[in-house]
Amino acid sequence: MPGNERTLLTQAQMADGVKALAEGIRAANPDAESIALVGVFTRGVPLAKRIAAEIEKAGLKVFVGTIDITQYRDDLNTFQMVPKLEGSDIAFDIDDLNVVLVDEVIYTGRSVRAALDELLNFGRPKRVQLAVLVDRCGRELPVQPDFSALKVTLAPGERVAVRFEEVDGQDACTVQTQAPAR
Amino acid sequence: MTPRKDLLDIASLTDEEISFVLDNAGPFKDLFKRSVKKVPTLKGQTVLTLFYEPSTRTRSSFEVAASRLSADVTHFDIESSSVVKGESVLDTVETLEAMRVDYIVVRHKQSGTPNLIAKNTRASVINAGDGWHAHPTQALLDAFTLREIHKDLRGCRALIVGDIQHSRVARSTSLIFRRLGMQVAYLAPGSMMPREVPQEIPQFGNWTDAFDWKPDVIYLLRVQGERLDEPLIPSPAEYHRNYGLTDERVKVLRERGLHLMHPGPVNRGVEITDAGMNYEKCLINQQVENGIAVRMSVLYWLRPGAAE
Repeated sequence: MPGNERTLLTQAQMADGVKALAEGIRAANPDAESIALVGVFTRGVPLAKRIAAEIEKAGLKVFVGTIDITQYRDDLNTFQMVPKLEGSDIAFDIDDLNVVLVDEVIYTGRSVRAALDELLNFGRPKRVQLAVLVDRCGRELPVQPDFSALKVTLAPGERVAVRFEEVDGQDACTVQTQAPAR
Repeated sequence: MTPRKDLLDIASLTDEEISFVLDNAGPFKDLFKRSVKKVPTLKGQTVLTLFYEPSTRTRSSFEVAASRLSADVTHFDIESSSVVKGESVLDTVETLEAMRVDYIVVRHKQSGTPNLIAKNTRASVINAGDGWHAHPTQALLDAFTLREIHKDLRGCRALIVGDIQHSRVARSTSLIFRRLGMQVAYLAPGSMMPREVPQEIPQFGNWTDAFDWKPDVIYLLRVQGERLDEPLIPSPAEYHRNYGLTDERVKVLRERGLHLMHPGPVNRGVEITDAGMNYEKCLINQQVENGIAVRMSVLYWLRPGAAE
């Protein structure tokens, strides 16, 4: 990979971050008998599953769904390649449910806007919250996470790269300078 | 996947492109189960259907597909247009170009017309059937429908029955089936069998021999109304007796658990009967539903102005 890469969170810090997110979500939903987590493709999905596993340890029922925001991106027709679709999979009824959207990083807020649009096509949740591993400052839309494990401010040419063993073969959370071309 | 400008036939698609379109059709089909069956993918884009041959089913399938992608959908009404007054296809295309239409869905009785249009417009052109040449979205939806039943189509056997010679559906669908590793055979009266059939495709003249080939799926073609007036077959009743899916033959399908397909619209009493339509492994309705998903997937992949 061209450019430099430096560690933002160690593997142990990532694991602690997941626990902290799980606790935060549980504390914010004290009366809930069940919680729905919806992970945003690609890496919001393994993160949502890990958070779900933590919450389930506390005996709470957790529904996990996934959201593919490809078709909601406001820059889709600028892509060189047409992305393969994963499709959203929310197998439970989200009406009147507390739903937590899960993504690995929030930066401009555009992905979250897209995810909200897609989520609301499935029904009318009671409340939607947002959990991210890394909150990178630099919002272009007025959306903020309710839960985050780390907040950072980075230079414009830098990029947060979160990897999960489930999709990338290893856990890592780094900052890359010079973002790879999409 | 790199976007393409046009979809004109199956032959020009790579294996990867075929898989890409079929794989993406799955997520599109999942949309139909939701309360909001729509995504914003083509918001602000215009899809125009230009049908020089009448077709209600294909045209509305494209129109529903485009609407579910949030495109603006317009129909260019040939009957009441200047085409009737003698305007050429290219003059019409020039007009559409000036209207800045983004996608043109064309059906024309003359083979090659979609290619001609594609060369003369920045818009993406989708062939919705041209003469005896091709009907690529029909082929894609047929393949998608069968893939829902057999995950791996390799080795699966399809018997295509009817007027193979004059059928763009037979041409495109047998091509995609073979590209996906299936085996294809034809059953047709001599007058409806093409002169040149690839060696790998067995040709049958009666159902007994065709059933002995042990097909997994029977694909009936529509007997075109206009052909009934030509001396290709003696009469609809005669066609039905010899080549149609009679009630007796439906029993064979049921005993063997074979699937049944048809591109529609059907001629009851000619190529099929009520028993065939009501047969539990008849996939005609799935084909219609999947047609929308596959056409959404095609529209999602094509990009106006993409380099060819």
